[in-house]
Amino acid sequence: MKNSNSITITPDIVRQHGLTLEEFSRIEDLLGREPNFTELGIFSVMWSEHCSYKSSRYYLKKLPTTGPRVLQGPGENAGVVDIGDGVAAVFKIESHNHPSFIEPRQGAATGVGGILRDIFTMGARPIALMNSLRFGASDHSRTRFLVNGVVDGISNYGNCTGVPTVGGEIYFDPCYNGNILVNVFCLGLIPSDKIFLGNASGVGNPVIYFGSKTGRDGIHGASMASSEFDESSEEKRPTVQVGDPFAEKLLIEACLELMKEDWVVGIQDMGAAGLTCSTFEMAGRAGTGIDLELSKVPMREAGMTPYETLLSESQERMLVVVSKGMEQNALALFDKWDLDAAVVGEVTDTPMVRIFDNGNPVVNLPVELVVDGALDLKRPTKKPEYLKEVDHVNLGFISEPARGEEILKKLLSSPNIANKHWVYEQYDHMVRLNTLGLPGSDAAVLRVKGSQKALALSVDCNSRYCYLDPFHGAQIAVAECVRNIACSGGDPIGLTNCLNFGNPENPEIMWQFEQAVSGMGEACKFFDIPVVSGNVSLYNETSGEAIYPTPTVAVVGLLEDRSFHTTQWFKEDGDLIALIGLTMEEFGGSEYLKIMCDRVEGKPPHLDLRLAQSVNKLCLELIREKILASAHDCSEGGLAVALAESCMSHPRAPKGATLGIDSTVRNDAFLFGESQSRILISFSAKNRLEVEAKAKAMEVPFAVIGKVGGDSLIVNINGKEFIREEVSHLKQLWFGALETYVG
Amino acid sequence: MKCGVVVFPGSNCDHDCFHILKHVFKIDTEWIWHKGDVDLSRFDLVVLPGGYSYGDYLRAGAIAKFSSVMKEVVRFANSGRMVLGICNGFQVLVESGLLPGALIQNHTQKFVCKTVSIRVENVSTPFSCECVGKTVLDIPIAHHQGNYFIDSDGLHQLVDNQQIVFRYSGPEGEVIDQYNPNGSVDNIAGIVNEDKNVMGLMPHPERCADPAWPNLDGQLIFKSIIYSLQHGVLL
Repeated sequence: MKNSNSITITPDIVRQHGLTLEEFSRIEDLLGREPNFTELGIFSVMWSEHCSYKSSRYYLKKLPTTGPRVLQGPGENAGVVDIGDGVAAVFKIESHNHPSFIEPRQGAATGVGGILRDIFTMGARPIALMNSLRFGASDHSRTRFLVNGVVDGISNYGNCTGVPTVGGEIYFDPCYNGNILVNVFCLGLIPSDKIFLGNASGVGNPVIYFGSKTGRDGIHGASMASSEFDESSEEKRPTVQVGDPFAEKLLIEACLELMKEDWVVGIQDMGAAGLTCSTFEMAGRAGTGIDLELSKVPMREAGMTPYETLLSESQERMLVVVSKGMEQNALALFDKWDLDAAVVGEVTDTPMVRIFDNGNPVVNLPVELVVDGALDLKRPTKKPEYLKEVDHVNLGFISEPARGEEILKKLLSSPNIANKHWVYEQYDHMVRLNTLGLPGSDAAVLRVKGSQKALALSVDCNSRYCYLDPFHGAQIAVAECVRNIACSGGDPIGLTNCLNFGNPENPEIMWQFEQAVSGMGEACKFFDIPVVSGNVSLYNETSGEAIYPTPTVAVVGLLEDRSFHTTQWFKEDGDLIALIGLTMEEFGGSEYLKIMCDRVEGKPPHLDLRLAQSVNKLCLELIREKILASAHDCSEGGLAVALAESCMSHPRAPKGATLGIDSTVRNDAFLFGESQSRILISFSAKNRLEVEAKAKAMEVPFAVIGKVGGDSLIVNINGKEFIREEVSHLKQLWFGALETYVG
Repeated sequence: MKCGVVVFPGSNCDHDCFHILKHVFKIDTEWIWHKGDVDLSRFDLVVLPGGYSYGDYLRAGAIAKFSSVMKEVVRFANSGRMVLGICNGFQVLVESGLLPGALIQNHTQKFVCKTVSIRVENVSTPFSCECVGKTVLDIPIAHHQGNYFIDSDGLHQLVDNQQIVFRYSGPEGEVIDQYNPNGSVDNIAGIVNEDKNVMGLMPHPERCADPAWPNLDGQLIFKSIIYSLQHGVLL
């Protein structure tokens, strides 16, 4: 191997590595010498925003991370929550935004690969994937290319590994024209007493590399993900890794087989910053050191320098520490699965990582300095100027409409609301035989084999709300996930987040971040949901244009009995339709305002956490007494869209409905406004008194508003017909719209 | 009765098939590893499950054909014993020459996962004998290369020999283009060999055979196999 340590480090080279001169001086001071070129490369990735969380760490402390079910909180590869009967759920959501914009297919595919490894590295069998995707305007020139690439990448990778993609969300907004978001969630199951951690403990234990060979792809991926885009971003394509889902599938099976052995000490995948990050982090967690010999690393190409080998982000690679003497057993197991593997190092008792190339020392760094040495920045914050301009809705733009059909049809045809089957039919959402409901429901529901239990998963964020008020926007994201889970029959037990923001060096962006994290923390405390894992993605900004703040939230819920699983569609003619919750005159941040007036303004809908909780509680109680035929959350597009969806989404036989609403607010506010904490339910008419009595006893706003039946959706407000449209016609629009934009 | 589920590197419906055979139908079921010494003599049925054997690199099923286990599966099939290939398993059977035709990219050029209807075309096979009285099954598909192709001579032979077991159809059994999800010739979803002891189909019967779901149409295929084995239809 050629060595590049003879290169003299100049201020230019430091800056090219994404480090400030101040950070470089800090390295020199703490190290007591100048780092060599390879070491500089290591600091460059390990102190990058992506790996060090230097801008966000201070604020993340506001999130609640503990609870009686929490077996592992943030800091490991993924969070772990006990679901009882000796089983635990392991989950995390992570971003792959920057690479997906540069090369959508591979960017998204390797995003799936990375999150899968985070889960099975803990010893868990991955059983579900979800994703939260944000693209630019549906008519933007790159959108179709990006959507097709991302969906194809997720489809190819997830399907091949045999992990079902069971749900997710997709939004389109011009704020993502220059920075799309690809956030991928994975959940796995594990025996609660067999959790593996990324610890390199036991002096003298061998360190084994296994999986794909190391090549020159993805060098400096982590640094790339820690800076803004500009016109030259196309040139960054070589920093995007290339995924091999077949190798990943073999890794899953090999790892799960390996972890049945009692001689596995610690294990970690090589994700961002590759071999460097896994070596330093494993030593860091155990308080040990590691000696590594690079000439032993399985290589895909000859002539790579130590610098390149250490910073490569080639995919599908793992590092495992086993008990001394068991290395041959481990190598035999990897051979069975046709995986490359080699003993590449040894655990030492010095708190140093020493890296050699054919015996010649190339790196000698203290573990703690590299892992925890980055400054905790408390970057300045400032309330953004733009909020002064958008903080109220100018009602002059919207006169109260006389009829609602055209508006409803426009909303159902909006790519944000349209049915997403064009996407989810490209994902294998059924493999492993756990998926109880199709994607497109309020929450994905998976049975837990060997028990009566089921898990409900929901991912959500309305970034327009967060743009208008990041504190309450983030709260609404949490509340909506919890409501989705309630509609499906579950209680929330844990949360993971993916915080996507612009450039943190801009005080206005940092203000959005601080507000969103505070709001999310408060909502999580109120609902008593621990945040057990997460990811921060900053610098989602191109030439100074930042995305809307997008703190994506994924909540995992538990159904003690899978028979509680409730779906959103109307079931029987004659069933009564009722609305739980309060409707107010609120237009701020709504899809209605965007579609009809192309405006994003006002305050997001008011969220009363106490009301939200009592609404969910009533819904859940009715579900558990088996009274409800359907339950559906009201969100984008308001009550009218929720009604239409409950009519249209029956997999076989769509139903009509006739509604009679008494309202004191504007017609359009009642039907298209997005007041929070509302659930649309249906139930057999014979249960009416019982349902009403329960709502009254629990002091929850409740009204029967109509009846299931017929072929049309008919809405009368204060005795006057406002909507009359055939459900089959609505369904045609709703079902076909997305493909016309992106197909 | 003993069943074996083959595990290729990249198989991913192996656990599902195993689960249905072992836990739903309570049949003695074992894994069959793809390499090393393979002995199939103790099995009555070998299942080639869905997935991406060898990553589907080159062409789905093309590399699996050369595995140690397939040499034995060919021998096993030629001795008249039952082989069921589902999805990728169907692709492997075609590549191995145990079934005629080829499976190419879906005409949409996209992966497709959804529940479709298939019409039962022939109840006189050991894989479909329990479908008497049930002409249309609802069954999930999940594939990228499920577009069945065969030339017109080959198609005539399939028809003449009554080798076509399932065709994609509408909910009422309408075999028309509208209900063809992948572009397959003549809406073909599943076929048997001339001796009718080997069946390949793209749809996944194991995905609608667990009582946790309301749709149990896939059970009819497993029940047919069990009936045939128990009554020695083939043996």
